[in-house]
Amino acid sequence: MLVPILGVLFDGFAYGMLLFLLSVGLSVTLGMMNFVNLAHCSFAMLGGYVTVTLTQRFGWPFLAALPAAFLAAVMASVVLERTLYRRLYRGSALDQCLLTIGVVFISVAVAAYVYGTVQQPIHTPPYLRGSVTFMGVTFGVYRLFLIGVGLLITGILVAALEYTRFGVQVRAAVDNQRMARGLGIDVDGAFAVTFALGSGLAGLGGALAIEMVGLDPAFAFTYLVYVLIVVSVGGLGSIGGSLAAALLLGVSDVAGKYYVPELGAFLIYLVMVALLMWRPAGLLGRR
Amino acid sequence: MTSAVQAAADPRRHLAAQRRWRRSEVAFWLATLLPFLLVPSHLQLASQIAITALFAVSLDLILGYAGIVSLGHAAFFGLGAYAAGLLSKSGWGEPLSGLVVAPAVAGLVGYATSFVIARTRHLALIMITLGLGLLLHEAANRAHWLTGGADGLQGVRMWPLLGHFKFDLYGYTAYGYSLVVLFSIFLVTRRLIHSPFGLSLRGIRENPIRMPAIGAPSRSHLRTAYTISAVIAGIAGALLAQTTETVSLGTLDFQRSAEVLVILILGGTGRLYGGLIGAIIFMVARDQFSGINPQYWYFWIGALLVSVVMFLPNGILGGLASRRDES
Repeated sequence: MLVPILGVLFDGFAYGMLLFLLSVGLSVTLGMMNFVNLAHCSFAMLGGYVTVTLTQRFGWPFLAALPAAFLAAVMASVVLERTLYRRLYRGSALDQCLLTIGVVFISVAVAAYVYGTVQQPIHTPPYLRGSVTFMGVTFGVYRLFLIGVGLLITGILVAALEYTRFGVQVRAAVDNQRMARGLGIDVDGAFAVTFALGSGLAGLGGALAIEMVGLDPAFAFTYLVYVLIVVSVGGLGSIGGSLAAALLLGVSDVAGKYYVPELGAFLIYLVMVALLMWRPAGLLGRR
Repeated sequence: MTSAVQAAADPRRHLAAQRRWRRSEVAFWLATLLPFLLVPSHLQLASQIAITALFAVSLDLILGYAGIVSLGHAAFFGLGAYAAGLLSKSGWGEPLSGLVVAPAVAGLVGYATSFVIARTRHLALIMITLGLGLLLHEAANRAHWLTGGADGLQGVRMWPLLGHFKFDLYGYTAYGYSLVVLFSIFLVTRRLIHSPFGLSLRGIRENPIRMPAIGAPSRSHLRTAYTISAVIAGIAGALLAQTTETVSLGTLDFQRSAEVLVILILGGTGRLYGGLIGAIIFMVARDQFSGINPQYWYFWIGALLVSVVMFLPNGILGGLASRRDES
C-alpha cells in the first residue's frame, strides 16, 4: 500500500520540480515588473531545441548542453527585451498579453519550420538512465537528478535574493518601485538582469524537460498553461509560493493520472480554479 | 475630451446622439449584401466571416466595454455549437429553435461562472477564464459518447430554414441566415452600448471602485454583461454548427479564444465595428494563406499581433479615428 503511494509522490515531486524550473523565472518577472510574459515557454522551447541540436548534431555531452541552453535563452530574452518588451512595461496587461501571444505564435511556427512537427529525440548519458531501488520503491535516476537540480537552483535563488546586494535591490524594487528608484537603485537595470535570468532558467527547464515530457513545436503552448497555473496559484514574485504550487500541482497531476485516469487533465484545472477562488492572489501572493 | 465633458453635462442627449445612425454605418451594412452579387462562389467564407464577427462582437462587449480580459471565450462558442449540433442530432433539426436553445445553454453556464468572473481581477481573472475554457475542452474531449471526442460530432442534419430555404452547397442560405442574425444581434448590442447600462460598463472599466459610489453596482453589472456576452457567443457557435453541419473540438480550442482576441484587437476594441472589420480582414487573409501549412499560418497571426500592438495600439479603427482627429 505504502510503496505505490511513495512512488507516485516521488514521480509527482520530480514533475513538480520540472514545473518549478519552468515557471520560477516567470513568477519573478511577473511579480517584479508586472509584465505578463506569455512567451515564457518559448524560451523554454528554445532551450530544448538548443539542447537537441547540440547533443544530436554536434555530439555535445548532455551536461555541457545544459548551460548552453541557459545562455541561448538569456541571449534571446535580452534581444526581445531590448526590441519589444521594454516599450510595453507601462502598457496595459492586455497589450502585453497580445504581444507575447504573438511571440508564442511566431516561435511555434519557426520551430515547426526548422524542425518539423515531430517529437525530438534526446539521448541522456548512461549514468542518468535506469533506476535505483530503495526499500522496495523504485527511483528513476533522471528524476533524482531533476530533483537535485531543482533543489540546487532553489537554494541558489534564495541565497542570491536574501544575501546579496543585488537581491536586496530586487526585493526593494518588487516591494515598492518608486521608493527604490528614489533611493538610487537602478530599477530598470535590475529588471533587465532578472528578466534575462528568469528566461535563462526557463531555457534550462526546457532542456531538462525533453527527457520527461518530450519536445515538439506545441511545447510553448502546452506548458504555458502549466506555467501560468503554477505562477498564479503560487502567488506572484514568491519563490516559495512557486515551489509549493509546482509541487502541489505536480503531485496532484501525477496522482490524478495514476488513481483516477478518467479525470485526466481535469484535476489540475480544478485544483487551479478552486485555489484561485479561495485565494485570488495565490497561495503566498503579496497582493 | 470634449465629448466626455458634453456627456457629463447632458448624458441623455449624449447617448441619443451616439445612437443616431451615421451614413458610414448604413453604407457598411449595405456593403454586406455585396458578396451575393460579387463573389457568389465565396458565400461559405462570407458566412464564416459573419459568424466570426458575431463572436468578436460578444467578446468586445466584455473586453472592450467592461474591461474583462477573457482568454477562454471559446468555451461559450463551443457550448453553443455543441448544443445546437446535439439538438439536431437528436432528431430536431429546426434551425431557429436551435438558435434559441444553444444560447440558453451558453448563457446558463455564463451566468453560473459570472459570479467568479465578477469577483476576480487581473492575472487571476485571465487564469480563471483560461481554466474554464480548458476544462470545457477537456470535458468535450472525454465525453466521447456524447460529443464524438476528437472526431467531432457526426450526423448533424439541418431542416430547411423556415421550412423553405435549404442549406445549399454554395452557402446562399447560410450567408443570408448568418447575416440576418448578425445584424439583429448587432442592433441589440448597439442599443445596449448606447444605453445608461452601456455607459456604466465603460465607467466600471475605468474604475470599478468608484462606480458603486455613484449608484452603479459594479459586480452585478459585470455579471449581466458577461452573461449577455456568453449568450451571443453561444449564438455564434450555434450558427457555425448549423451552417457547416459539423461540430469539432476546434470550437473549444484555446487557439480559437486567442484568434477572436486577435481579430478584435486588430479591428479595435470598444468600438462596435472593430470586431466586424477585424473579422473581415483576418478571415480573408487566412483564406488567402490557407493553401499553406496551418503551422506557418501561425507565424502570420503572430506577426500581425506583434505589429498591431507595436504600431496600432488601438486597432485599425482606432488608428483611423486618431488620424482623423489629428488632421
